[in-house]
Amino acid sequence: MLESLDTIKTTALSELQKTSDKETLRLWYSKHLSKNSPLIKSLRNLSNVAPQDRPAIGKHANHIRNVLEEAYKERTHDLHQSIASTRQKLADLDITLPGRSLNRGRLHIATQTLRRIYTIWADMGFQIYRSREIETDELNFELLNIPLHHPARDMWDTFHTSTPGVILRTHTSPGQIHAMRANAPDPIRVILPGMCYRYEQITARSEIQFNQVEGLAIGTNIRFTDLKGTLTDFARRMFGNSTRTRFRASHFPFTEPSAEMDVECFLCSGEGCRVCKKTGWLEILGCGMVHPAVLTNGGYEPNKHTGFAFGMGPERIAMLKYGIDDIRHFWGNDLRFLEQF
Amino acid sequence: MKVPLSWLKEYIEITLDPHEIARLLTFAGLEVESINFIGLPQPDQLQNQTSIYGLEWDRNNIIVADINKVEHHPNADRLVLAQLYDGEVTHTVLTGAPNLFQYKDQGELAQPLKVAYAREGAQLYDGHNSNQELITIKRKKIRGVESYSMACSEKELGISDEHEGIIVFDSDAPKAGTPLVDYIGDAVFDIAITPNMARNLNILGVARELGALTKTPINPPTTNITISKSIQSPLEMPKIEIAEPELNPRFTATLIENIQIKPSPYWMQLRLRMSGMRPINNVVDITNYVMLETGQPLHAFDYDVLRNRSETKVPVISTRLPKSGEKIVTLDGINRNLDDFTILVADNTGALSIGGIMGGSDSEVSDDTKNILLEAASWDLINIRQTVTSQQMQSSQAGYRFSRGVSPEIAASSNHRAAEMIRSLGNGKIIHKFVDKYPRHYVPNTVKLPIGEIQRSLGVDIPTDEVVSILIALDFTVEQKKNILHVTAPSHRLDIGIAEIGIADIIEEIARIWGFENIPETQISDLMPRQENNTLLEKEEKIRDILVNLGLQEVITYRISSPENEQLLHPIENGPYVHLANPITPERSAMRRSLLSSVLECAQDNLRFQQRIALFEVGPVYLPELSSSNEQSSLPLEAQRLSIVLSGQRLSLSWINNRVETMDYFDLKGIIDQLIQTAHISNYTIDVASHPAFQAGAVARLTIDGSQAGLFGVLHPDIASKYDLREYPTLAADFDLMAFVDAMPDHYSSNPIPRFPAIIEDIALIVDDRINNAEVVASIVKSGGATLTKVQLFDLFRGEQIGANKKSLAYRLTYQSEVKTLTDKDAAKLRNKIVKTLQKELGAQLRSE
Repeated sequence: MLESLDTIKTTALSELQKTSDKETLRLWYSKHLSKNSPLIKSLRNLSNVAPQDRPAIGKHANHIRNVLEEAYKERTHDLHQSIASTRQKLADLDITLPGRSLNRGRLHIATQTLRRIYTIWADMGFQIYRSREIETDELNFELLNIPLHHPARDMWDTFHTSTPGVILRTHTSPGQIHAMRANAPDPIRVILPGMCYRYEQITARSEIQFNQVEGLAIGTNIRFTDLKGTLTDFARRMFGNSTRTRFRASHFPFTEPSAEMDVECFLCSGEGCRVCKKTGWLEILGCGMVHPAVLTNGGYEPNKHTGFAFGMGPERIAMLKYGIDDIRHFWGNDLRFLEQF
Repeated sequence: MKVPLSWLKEYIEITLDPHEIARLLTFAGLEVESINFIGLPQPDQLQNQTSIYGLEWDRNNIIVADINKVEHHPNADRLVLAQLYDGEVTHTVLTGAPNLFQYKDQGELAQPLKVAYAREGAQLYDGHNSNQELITIKRKKIRGVESYSMACSEKELGISDEHEGIIVFDSDAPKAGTPLVDYIGDAVFDIAITPNMARNLNILGVARELGALTKTPINPPTTNITISKSIQSPLEMPKIEIAEPELNPRFTATLIENIQIKPSPYWMQLRLRMSGMRPINNVVDITNYVMLETGQPLHAFDYDVLRNRSETKVPVISTRLPKSGEKIVTLDGINRNLDDFTILVADNTGALSIGGIMGGSDSEVSDDTKNILLEAASWDLINIRQTVTSQQMQSSQAGYRFSRGVSPEIAASSNHRAAEMIRSLGNGKIIHKFVDKYPRHYVPNTVKLPIGEIQRSLGVDIPTDEVVSILIALDFTVEQKKNILHVTAPSHRLDIGIAEIGIADIIEEIARIWGFENIPETQISDLMPRQENNTLLEKEEKIRDILVNLGLQEVITYRISSPENEQLLHPIENGPYVHLANPITPERSAMRRSLLSSVLECAQDNLRFQQRIALFEVGPVYLPELSSSNEQSSLPLEAQRLSIVLSGQRLSLSWINNRVETMDYFDLKGIIDQLIQTAHISNYTIDVASHPAFQAGAVARLTIDGSQAGLFGVLHPDIASKYDLREYPTLAADFDLMAFVDAMPDHYSSNPIPRFPAIIEDIALIVDDRINNAEVVASIVKSGGATLTKVQLFDLFRGEQIGANKKSLAYRLTYQSEVKTLTDKDAAKLRNKIVKTLQKELGAQLRSE
């Protein structure tokens, strides 16, 4: 009995030296030290041994068990060491090798720009109001103080649908009327984003569809000074804290007074460059005080309410910010373009 | 509109630099888009803030000179030798200018020809180059004659494109040797005139604005007219009849007799060309000149043509609407079918011109014309615009101005101005008094402006005397009655409205001249409106974010497509489209009905450059058969959709794993599983579907909350190849976005992190092939109850060992309790229950190990 225990010990120790990794160690352990192994079985079955032999055999078996356990621990430790040193060697490999490739998704640059605009206006209390793209002539023009056959209509080249009086909106401004009619006579502070359409040739500088973000603030005490302050705040958030703005008189039929806001060219800090055509300024948005006719059409009283409105083109802003020289890239969706943002 | 500074200076004394003028005008709403410096030195670009260009003329090398003699070239027929005096010495200058040929070999000229002369070393534009390319004049021999200087054309000097001959100035040009820039150096402003500023589509209007901005009075041109009373005219004045006074409120006409048609003087040609017009002859040029000067379009009829058309030799001119089927051949040679609303100038024989837009070719002024009837009339702007649009006469300068509004008050004075110029420059006579029919008189418009309104709108307190002085500078008359200003608009201000619109119009004028830069900036102090969530948008953006996080690239495609494009994907089900009445190309002729079709086109475009295509778009389709709620029924439904397209390699090429793995159905399914899970959508099913665009057996229908969300699967190879997507399988999904948005909960509950250990075990089942995974999982989940927290399929196997029409499915099950540590016994009990249920419901057998 004692001899057979010694054989177990010798075999086990020799086999232990042949283990090379976790898995072979596990198998070794299961063969020699698990509850089904001959050694442990023999310990468990001591009752079958003659009583006088029990203490010696039990002691010897326990001793062997301890030896094997100890050897197992040592072997485990050694193997860990060797695995670690193999790792060490791996780490000596070229650390500049590229990492594993991952698939990264991205939002379209137009969406990214829109979201930036949303965030800034949301911080200033302007909520998003969306409205439809296929509109009536009445909403897109007439209620915005642009009567049929009025010369101001020359400012918009319009896609007409085969249904008379139904057009693709040329700007997000019909949303002004929707928003006013939904809220009058309560105050309004909204931005109106969305796709607009113009009957134009598709060139590097003009597109048949483009996003616009229009803004509208109406209340009983909204003034031109507020318009200037609010839009300058926006410009600082959008283009940087040192951004300067200037307002020039302009004309839109739905605002009066109307203005164009320029920002100091953020690419050359006003020094003059190719993008600002060496003028130092970039035309960013149109704005003005809501025209009394539009207030009336929206359900407000011009002698009680005032408001301002503004409109900007996210794609134009993105073009300026990222030096994009061709507006066709936006809806061209070439991944080599989109993946840059 | 192009405005030469020299011309402006005829009406206003102004010493400001051109860039300062440009700045003033731009800020007041007359945007100067560029300044063309003609000869003048150009300012530093930055202080200018307006785009500038042009050619500066060297004072010493580009001068006025006299040509005294023109001789033939000994070796070239198409060249002449001009004897030219530059104020110091006489040079022989070689030129091919055809306008000198008439003087060839005539000996000493009685009167020298005044020309623009460029000495050796001068910088000019190359006249033979279509671009403006700078050259320096150098000494060289041309056909044996030495040449080192030249007489210049307008093109060479950067004045215009004119290169037919050299410039020959009027005889009153300054003496030889005068720097050319001192004589005709100029700055031409290119101004964008907005529709509300039609009054400024002329030099006088711009001068008036500048006068108001600088508080400088202006000197309008003289309208004195020289009538030869002592002479008996052989002609009688025509009779004028206005049939439609609403469309033609005023008609004036002057008869100028016995004139000479010839080229107009150089100074006038120069101004016309700088303003972008082409000189024709003195009469036509003068009508254009006065139109540019005052804004009143004029028209000259050959009066003898009119007389010959009349039996009595006394023409009766009427302005009227066309008779049915009436036609006219206009000056541009087009035979036009007239619309019934188009106002005509006609005589008893028929139409003479389209009122306010273009003359007829019959009565056009020709080189033989002797007597002129000069018309200056006013027309209804809306009516003119309708005709301009309908007849596509957008190139007509007269139509352009009349369709934006010309005050009837300037018709007579402009007629005088032009008639007098024609008389003097055409050596003619005016004998008869002019005719002036004015059935609809201009009524002055007075707006009552409460002073407080200015601050209410602008937010700034402009002193009332400042307000009054601004309005007076703009030619308004102002009368203050208590706190109300009674402001009467000058007759050229057709843009000022009545009541509160008039008030806004006048406040704009005050702000514009006061200067927007002088208005401070404030923060809104008005009541903040009620703030609310925009759940719809937030959920839509959330879906975008989820898809981006799953590695998809968002695209935004054209929403204008065509039925033909979409037929590739939907050969059968072509619903009604929103068609465009005026598409730019046939490929973009209707609003899309299919978002997936657009995204597939996008995949196709990217194919050549990409190994992996993983795209999505969120956007509307337009369904005219479904009108949107709460809207007029004529407007189509704009339904938001979500489309996904995958094709190509799963991962980009890598040194770690350079096996090429192709994306398959389960890449798309994984994305959809994740989308549903991340969106916290719980009530959904995925069923086998069929659709001609998809490969049979590889297309699934997603149903959310009982309503169909859409299909996804493997695109049918025939369809995919129409988009050139042949190399790899194409996976596509097309969903109703609202099915997701509606099912996304506003709130959901989280679970605590388990406190008690889990028991994990694997079971392998053999089931009939027709039983799908979802059925097995559903059975397991049902019988596992709350303690079964996770079911993961980790092996799928078919093979002989299993038997025909069978498959083996191996699941890893996680048991975990929230209240105690599970025992082996608990696990065994649960496992038994699960297995029994599977056996009973699906006939599944446990696979022996």
